[in-house]
Amino acid sequence: MVARAAMTSVGAFVATVLAVASALAAGASVPADRLSPERKASLVHLLRHDCGSCHGMRLLGGLGPPLTAQALEAKPGEMLVATVLYGRPGTPMPPWRGALSETEVRWLIDLLKSGELQ
Amino acid sequence: MTRGMRRVCRIVIAAAAVLTAGFGELRGTGDLGVVVERASGRLQVVDSTARISLGVVEGLGDLSHASVVYSRDARFAYVFGRDGGLTKVDILTGTVVARVVQAGNSIGGAISGDGTLVAVSNYDPGGVKVFDARTLELVKEIPATFGAEGARSKVVGLTDAPGRRFVFSLYDAGEIWIADFSHGDEAAVTRIRDVGRQPYDALITADGRHYVAGLFGEDGLALVDLWHPELGARRILAGYGRGEQPLPVYKMPHLEGWAMTENHAFLPAVGRHEVLVVDRRTWREIGRVPVHGQPVFVMARPDGREVWVNFAHPRNDTIQIIDVESLTIRHTIEPGPAVLHMEFTPRGDEVWVSVRDADRVDVYDTATYRRLATVAVEKPSGIFLTARAHRIGL
Repeated sequence: MVARAAMTSVGAFVATVLAVASALAAGASVPADRLSPERKASLVHLLRHDCGSCHGMRLLGGLGPPLTAQALEAKPGEMLVATVLYGRPGTPMPPWRGALSETEVRWLIDLLKSGELQ
Repeated sequence: MTRGMRRVCRIVIAAAAVLTAGFGELRGTGDLGVVVERASGRLQVVDSTARISLGVVEGLGDLSHASVVYSRDARFAYVFGRDGGLTKVDILTGTVVARVVQAGNSIGGAISGDGTLVAVSNYDPGGVKVFDARTLELVKEIPATFGAEGARSKVVGLTDAPGRRFVFSLYDAGEIWIADFSHGDEAAVTRIRDVGRQPYDALITADGRHYVAGLFGEDGLALVDLWHPELGARRILAGYGRGEQPLPVYKMPHLEGWAMTENHAFLPAVGRHEVLVVDRRTWREIGRVPVHGQPVFVMARPDGREVWVNFAHPRNDTIQIIDVESLTIRHTIEPGPAVLHMEFTPRGDEVWVSVRDADRVDVYDTATYRRLATVAVEKPSGIFLTARAHRIGL
């Protein structure tokens, strides 16, 4: 029976997160201010309505954990960016790479951590 | 009649039509329903004969992922909000008659067959709360505790079952519980353990006999025969993915509207562009239908001749219609961006479709697949017609 996960071991997941985090820290990404206002609006729409199907439209949680600024406060931004891009094995959190660029994910994480959407 | 008199008559008739398109006149509820406006915390009460909205009911809290059940007289809608709100709405007057905020985070509910108890399944704190359907006073709380440390599980897939029972699944614990209120308001709870990893939703067959929970954590489903709960849960469609990696799942399938025809059950495959077809007597797979995307709702038209399917993000602008004899796609329609839900009129001649990102509910003729009408609804999600009042498990 295949577990519904992109990677089967927690070790592999942690290794990937660390690798991604260091790659991201190297600063290869496009700055978020290059995102158009239209794209930003569609990202917020995606966040509320599609991420919201598990995390709640008001980001207070559901099948997935809450995404409020308080809930994310103690979590490093790079880890959150990696979680969104690569998903979370063993949970329903899917990888969003392909649909979202690293710049877009970083902008979304900053927005969530700012608490502006609450 | 002079031309002038005819004109006056026409004006009077038109004025009467305007007056009756609203709350308050003497009428039945059999062709009414509600549509959830998920972003604004409102319901629209709709008339499925006239294909219009009769009005708006506000103040219902966070209705993202809201669902609705009906009183047995089909006058009152019980609305289950995401924020733990449970609201009883009179759809004839468009008013809130009772409301409680009973938990921090909720996922849906059910009403007992005798219409006296309303149960809500909660994520936080994990468990089920049961209320008096008349007053919304708390009757019983059932914490979904499991494991040595008494952790509480998120509860999903809550349905009513014959004999004043509720059946539900524990997402974190991998269990199915049956709460039996047949001897009064003190529930006798039967726990079925080890049903499989991460049950995410469930349904009960229209006869109330079989409860089927879909599993997210593995390929397969858990089946409980409620005529013989002592036999526990049986795994069906185990390993339906045949060892292949599933696709990422951007929206969980919903099992409440699972399609049951006379001989077949049509089930969404998780993480696959497939609808699985099962023989209802043996519960063995007899086929699968390749479809446009990952199925969310798989619903039989009430006459059982066709099965309509909508899909997960990002392929959610399309509905496909499966011919149940040939198990092939008979027709494909593209209603618009983010098709979230479908609801057939009671005999299946028409279907109402929520097109969230177009702020529309469209009504289709199911014989011609032509759009008959459009109702303006802000960010529509679930559509609930009152015929559900008289169905087990809805």
